[in-house]
Amino acid sequence: MAAKVIAGTPVEVNEEGYLVDASQWNRDMATEIAREVDIQELTDDHWKVIDFLRRDAEEKGGSPTIRRLKKAGGIDTKLLYELFPGGPLKKATKIAGLPKPASCI
Amino acid sequence: MKNLLILGAGTAGTMMATHLNRKLDKKEWRITIVDQHKTHYYQPGFLFIPFDLYKEKDVIKAKTEFIPKGVTYIQERIDIIDHENNQVSLANGDSLAYDILIIATGSRIVPDEIEGLNGPGWRSNVFDFYTIEGAAALRDRLAGWEGGRFVVHLSEMPIKCPVAPLEFTFLAEAFFHKRGIRDNVQMTYVTPLSGAFTKQNCSTVLGYLLDEKGITLVPDFDVERVDEENNVIRSYEDEEVPYDLLVTVPTNMGDAVIERSGLGDDLNFVPTDIHTLQSKAQENIFVIGDATDLPSSKAGSVAHFQADVLTHNILSYIQGKEMTASFDGHANCFIESGFGKAFLIDFNYEYEPVEGTFPLPGIGPFTLLRETRINHLGKLAFRHMYWHILLRGLPMPGITTHMTKIGKKL
Repeated sequence: MAAKVIAGTPVEVNEEGYLVDASQWNRDMATEIAREVDIQELTDDHWKVIDFLRRDAEEKGGSPTIRRLKKAGGIDTKLLYELFPGGPLKKATKIAGLPKPASCI
Repeated sequence: MKNLLILGAGTAGTMMATHLNRKLDKKEWRITIVDQHKTHYYQPGFLFIPFDLYKEKDVIKAKTEFIPKGVTYIQERIDIIDHENNQVSLANGDSLAYDILIIATGSRIVPDEIEGLNGPGWRSNVFDFYTIEGAAALRDRLAGWEGGRFVVHLSEMPIKCPVAPLEFTFLAEAFFHKRGIRDNVQMTYVTPLSGAFTKQNCSTVLGYLLDEKGITLVPDFDVERVDEENNVIRSYEDEEVPYDLLVTVPTNMGDAVIERSGLGDDLNFVPTDIHTLQSKAQENIFVIGDATDLPSSKAGSVAHFQADVLTHNILSYIQGKEMTASFDGHANCFIESGFGKAFLIDFNYEYEPVEGTFPLPGIGPFTLLRETRINHLGKLAFRHMYWHILLRGLPMPGITTHMTKIGKKL
């Protein structure tokens, strides 16, 4: 665990850089975290994914899955990979200030 | 009379029927178990069938052999669980009312979830080994196979017995050696995980073993489709892995009745309290084994440990007491590594697999997280224990419900 300043706000992050407390997140942070994971600009499509993840985490809790993004969020899987290349769930949750999806056993 | 109804007579459901048959007052409770199939499979044995180490007869018995006297067994398809009204409708039109329901409907492979998988190549040069039909078809194909690109592939997590694809790969490697064609086979292991296995310690050890055996690891591969025309599997990020023979573990999902009844998550697994095993939907519905959405392995050993906890909790629930038994995520798995050797791992929600001895601290006879011949013999002996001890609800010698920390290098 470490303290870090993202978009001018001090926050706690874990060893992989995920926010410890999702309620500390704001939209400016998303833009800054996105750059850290090599996404230079967040488009409307990116935001559609991030907003769904935030809403779903609040309403349902638990870890998101790609299947859930498709079924409940209406987000095409191929598009998701284009938006967040190199691990869409890992990157999108990080940008959205949510925990890294649990690895299944 | 009150009714306790169990859905599914596989490993978990059968154990619950056996336990509760002993514990419940029969003047007060009637126990019924429903399953559409008549055959009980020893599923860990499917792994050995492709290499002709086990025959079909080694893994098949009648379900009725394990249902205790005093429990009513109904062989019928389940239509719907009406959980608002505490009743279950069967396909034959009968309706069963319950006071307590135990869902033990397991998980199954769903090849249709991956585009192109269930095409003309299915069971011709694309196989599974999670069904007896798939395992037997693969055995017939492998018997005359001359070599080429052999790809073992895992579609998405979670899957039943997460170590099985690795064990399969190691056994295949040994099999090709034995047949004298190893030099003609290029072996590749393709997984959506970032390493060979979900647990870091294990992943390191088993990843090393893949390397040592000359098996290429392709991690972080999220399959989009199987392109049967060109014999390649393609990922969402447009990576391609070509194959001549593809052995895949398709998406695993809970039973369709869970979806029909509105009780499941996106994969039809039932949201369940990770410690008490009570469903999140209704307080008189409990869930066990592969049917749950727990972050524990989907494996027989896990169902066995859960059965002890659930029996205790159902008795408490009936008496109106707090449910104090708590499942800790304990799993215990042998991992075949080929050439008559195996690993053994023991872990729970909290602790990753580590080195040590099992089940007796300092003595063993099994060694954790190391490859030994005795571990392999343990795996073979387990089939006997499964039929005669585990399914009959008898205690496994020396093995505790909760993971023990003694004798482990934590």
